[in-house]
Amino acid sequence: MGSHESLAEFLSMSGYGSFVWSSFALTVIVMVANYVSARRRHSSVLAHLRRRHLEPEQTS
Amino acid sequence: MWKYLHKYASPPYFYAWAGRMIPWVGALTALCLLYGAWGGLVMAPIDEEMGNGFRIIYVHVPAAWMSLFIYVMMATYAAIGYIWRIKLAHAVAAASAPIGASFTALALATGSIWGRPMWGTWWEWDPRLTSELVLLFLYFGVMALRASFDDVNRADRASALLAIVGVINVPIIHFSVQWWNSLHQGPTVSKIGKPEIATSMLVPLLVMTVGFMLYYATVLLMRMRAEVLERERNTRWVKEFINEPAAS
Repeated sequence: MGSHESLAEFLSMSGYGSFVWSSFALTVIVMVANYVSARRRHSSVLAHLRRRHLEPEQTS
Repeated sequence: MWKYLHKYASPPYFYAWAGRMIPWVGALTALCLLYGAWGGLVMAPIDEEMGNGFRIIYVHVPAAWMSLFIYVMMATYAAIGYIWRIKLAHAVAAASAPIGASFTALALATGSIWGRPMWGTWWEWDPRLTSELVLLFLYFGVMALRASFDDVNRADRASALLAIVGVINVPIIHFSVQWWNSLHQGPTVSKIGKPEIATSMLVPLLVMTVGFMLYYATVLLMRMRAEVLERERNTRWVKEFINEPAAS
């Protein structure tokens, strides 16, 4: 597999597996979390504005 | 040219344009990240010194570069917003802060994971590591300061000042490995004309970096759309827009 001698070698990263895979896993988590949080923020702003628009104007 | 700029900087135009761009930039991001991960994890040759442990470079270095790049973007746009009072520029700064903070945290975390097998320690109060940690606190400071104001204009101006002052930390991080005796290794890639790593190792790193850049662009556009809607909530176009059933 590429520059690795076997699939097992690839998975174990010749002993560095836990370090390499946890680094990549953290990256995936950070990227997914950022994406989800951006989506949520947009839909929550939209929902908030819709609610505010439907309610009669509050005097403030 | 000004007319052109004016059109792009107009919030309703930007909102619609960003909505059309996001899927394309997002798809390109995914392609670059997948290719970069494949090249870095599978294809790149094993490093003579660090064995397969060196592969952490493919997430650590792009994350660290982005932590600095996004900070400079945030401070630049905060300054533009502060000087010329351009609302969309402040929206760039506001949307960049959480993304930059998360990349900084990622650079610190992956660096720590890399440091354990290579240096035998998770953390050291080393100039490079310490100044990067200060960067994380600067991001938190900018976000907390923004959140502490109810008035968006005052929040923009106060957080802009902190972001601008904090730029001084960027060259400190960059040159820390040269100015002080650091545990952290010097630049591997940027030695002009003669990078220290082989092409087959370098190409996935560069593709991964482009992927990280595009990822930032994608999430920035998404966050900016939310910022723009909120900032423009009392304008006619937003009021009309939220009444459209297909609005997204």
